[in-house]
Amino acid sequence: MNLSLELMLQLSILIPLLASLIIAATRHNPNLREGVTITTCLILIYLVVNLYQGLSWGATISVFWWELLPGLTISFDIEPLGMLFALVASFLWLVTTCYAIGYMRSHREKNQTRFYLFFAIAMSAVMAIAFSANLFTLFIFYEVLTLSTYPLVTHAGTEKAKKGGRVYLGILLSTSIMFFLLAIISTWFVAGSLDFKLGGIFSTDVDKMIAGTLLVLFIFGIGKAAIMPFHRWLPAAMVAPTPVSAFLHAVAVVKVGVFTILKVCIYIFGLDLLSVLPITQFLLYLAGASVLLASLVAMRQDNLKTRLAYSTVSQLGYITIGALLATSSGVIGSSMHVAMHAFGKITLFFCAGAILVTLHKSKISEMRGIGLKMPLTMIAFFIASLSIIGVPPAGGTWSKWFLMMATIETEQWLLMVILMLSSLLNIAYLLPISFHAFFPNLIPNKKQPNKSSNKAETSGNNQTEVQIKEAPLPSLIAIAITTLGCLILFIYPQPLFELATAILTKRG
Amino acid sequence: MIAHLPVLQVILPLMAAPICLMLKRAQLAWLFSLIVSGLAFWVSILLLQQVMTSGVISYELGGWEAPWGIEYRIDKLNAFVLLTITAISTTVLFSAQTSIAKEIVTSKHRVFYTLYLLSLTGMLGIVVTGDAFNVFVFLEISSLSAYALIAMGNDRRALWASYQYLIMGTIGATFILIGIGLMYQMTGTLNMEDLSQRLPEVAQTRTVFTAFVFVIVGVCLKLALFPLHLWLPNAYAYAPSIVTAFFAATSTKVAIYLLIRFTFSVFGLSFSFSTIPLQTLFMALGLVGIFIASTSAIYQSNIKLLFAYSSIAQIGYMIVGFSISTVTGLTASLLHLFNHALMKSAIFLALAAVMFRLGSVQLNNFHGLGRQMPLTMAAIVVGGLSLIGVPLTVGFVSKWYLLTALLEQGWWPVAILILLGSILTVIYVWRLVEVAYFKEPSANKAPVKEAPISFLIPIWTLIIANIYFGIDTRLSVQGAQAAAESLFGVTL
Repeated sequence: MNLSLELMLQLSILIPLLASLIIAATRHNPNLREGVTITTCLILIYLVVNLYQGLSWGATISVFWWELLPGLTISFDIEPLGMLFALVASFLWLVTTCYAIGYMRSHREKNQTRFYLFFAIAMSAVMAIAFSANLFTLFIFYEVLTLSTYPLVTHAGTEKAKKGGRVYLGILLSTSIMFFLLAIISTWFVAGSLDFKLGGIFSTDVDKMIAGTLLVLFIFGIGKAAIMPFHRWLPAAMVAPTPVSAFLHAVAVVKVGVFTILKVCIYIFGLDLLSVLPITQFLLYLAGASVLLASLVAMRQDNLKTRLAYSTVSQLGYITIGALLATSSGVIGSSMHVAMHAFGKITLFFCAGAILVTLHKSKISEMRGIGLKMPLTMIAFFIASLSIIGVPPAGGTWSKWFLMMATIETEQWLLMVILMLSSLLNIAYLLPISFHAFFPNLIPNKKQPNKSSNKAETSGNNQTEVQIKEAPLPSLIAIAITTLGCLILFIYPQPLFELATAILTKRG
Repeated sequence: MIAHLPVLQVILPLMAAPICLMLKRAQLAWLFSLIVSGLAFWVSILLLQQVMTSGVISYELGGWEAPWGIEYRIDKLNAFVLLTITAISTTVLFSAQTSIAKEIVTSKHRVFYTLYLLSLTGMLGIVVTGDAFNVFVFLEISSLSAYALIAMGNDRRALWASYQYLIMGTIGATFILIGIGLMYQMTGTLNMEDLSQRLPEVAQTRTVFTAFVFVIVGVCLKLALFPLHLWLPNAYAYAPSIVTAFFAATSTKVAIYLLIRFTFSVFGLSFSFSTIPLQTLFMALGLVGIFIASTSAIYQSNIKLLFAYSSIAQIGYMIVGFSISTVTGLTASLLHLFNHALMKSAIFLALAAVMFRLGSVQLNNFHGLGRQMPLTMAAIVVGGLSLIGVPLTVGFVSKWYLLTALLEQGWWPVAILILLGSILTVIYVWRLVEVAYFKEPSANKAPVKEAPISFLIPIWTLIIANIYFGIDTRLSVQGAQAAAESLFGVTL
């Protein structure tokens, strides 16, 4: 096939959308339906990889679709940051689909067609966001993503799902309408443009008050980045089936949030303007508080998925901090963390889902000793935890390294302490899970002495005859792939690093 | 033929109305009125084309010259409104036959179509005419037939609603008449063009002030501006569903048109907005209206009532745009006039389909409807999203313009209030969505089938228009912008 790069860009947005129609048409044949999904994933990866090659040869790939209102266009353009995001998202979509097939079938979920259908639409929106050439296009697909993920969050259709969905939609939609849209229109008004341009679109003599207010509106308006106090939707979204939580609420949706923040910081404000705005300091501390508080809240959660959700809130704060620090190492750290955290967190969620499907356990206090039943899963969990914490041999090391560098360069000592503290907290809330899974008897559980002694007894008795019962094979493969990803990203981070450094050098 | 288009626009449905009564079979009457409405739509397209290419069309009725005879005057503004009205009327009529079969006894069907066409005549007449007294005449034609149409609703409360509307509507019409009379007394003319030239000479007299106030209050009664909106919710809720769909999209729009026509063309911008503090007043009333009506909508359990309150809120948006009194503000207002007609006709038509299948539009009847009537409910959801102003729908376009107009003037607190208003919209739309998609249908009820095709086609035509004009904004934006600019051009 000899497609032009421009065509490939458009196809990468249209093909998932087209797939959603085919999925709807093949609803009576689950095997065919899932075959369609997998094929779409593969085509998408093919397209994105080709685009990546095109970009690394220095091609400029931009497409103009439509002028919606005078001066406001829907158009797409590829730059390194979007490329990085698209690569991560399209690759992990394949893995997630693989996982979801195992999960949804063994969990006997209803309405699976709807699930795959909206998943594909959401993916199309994600690709459009990654490649959007201006803030207006980004906003349109940002809203499409919110709405298309609503049916996924409320998939179970229960009262709890409805409540979760209400919080999800309520916060995401109201922040985007109240702050994000206002910020966009005001930017359009002040700067006369919404195009992403390296170095920003504001003129140099822009009023600091106005620019500062706009920045605050953006940071709060991009609710998907889950900066406290607008983070509540993320734990609420955990009522969704695990593949949704894993992919959308650890990778796609939240990463769209921080991706948008990065885009706004780099291409709308520009790092120079950002570093002289007095409000940036305040926002940095806010993000820092978000990092620390979310970690503290995560420690207190017994539900594994909720704990992971709060951990995500905390990790998103890292990325926001990196963007707001407005130095090259901050941007590099942030954009690398988009990928690193994606691989780590998706693995953790996959493991949580595997535990739920196989052992029907969702509470951490019930997970003692499960490492003996599900050794592979728990090893993967351990490695992914390391990546989130940011220690070798996992990928998270690099991004956290750069983020630390950035705090030192800018002499933000308080933030540096916050980041270090938070890493310690990560250790405290992630490592015990896999530790207790493998060594249930070493430390008695203080919280529930009776229960734990019972458990210890039973597991002690079963020591000899523990049966290994792993997750369904497709799920297990998915877990293995993402875990390997965490390790590979540590050993071989060059392509990622090159993309991240290219953000500030290419274009403009 | 082409030269007579302005009068054809009105004469066509007027002549057709009594013929409907003579036709023997109801089905025939329906087909006939559908064709007539379709022809009217075609005429309005031709008119718009003509206005866009060769400017204002002036038509002298019966060959009498303008200040003495009645003049029909078509400029960009009313060509735009005519198109909206006839398009909606035709689309809605498409499913009328199916809908009224369940809601109105068969013997009254021919009367129904007669009244429908008369009401259409009245609205088109108000918009077409360039004569102030003629406005009153057509206003009465459209209102009287509207009272009768509303009273046809099969709920007994329809009678009360119709009576309420009759009282309020008559007061409104009388006020307008008094206002016109006072203007005539001061200037000796009824022709709008003529009035606009003569009024400035006597602008500082108390009589002209009084005339202005009477006209404005009368028009505001018709357009249901808060706090003169009390007649609207019940009238919409208990009228036959088709009538609601038709009126929600057109009748208040005609009143908005009148408001713009009188303030901008007749009294003139400087008089309306400088001498009298119309701006502050309308801005405040519009905003209060948005909040009070949206909040009331949240608490309704009758869905037609819910969307009726939402209509009042949406009128608030148009009034806010109007009160900015800049080209962009007026563009936003006119855009929303068109866009809101698309949204509300789609939503109310979908509700008519629900009414057809279930015989009720109470919230607890919507349980599980997302599964049983998927296409109808999907239409309501898309319409609701458009109402909220989600990108790629028409609602977003009008909101964007409204906010731009506000920011142009530096009125960002108002912009924030407008955005808060859309969040209230999310709440009342989502109440319905949650019930329709998350509640199981009650077990003892017979399963409900999807709406018949005669509903689905017009509903989805309107929904697709909602999306189409949300993406391809050239026609609507250019139309609204041209109309707004011409209004400012006339007065400046």
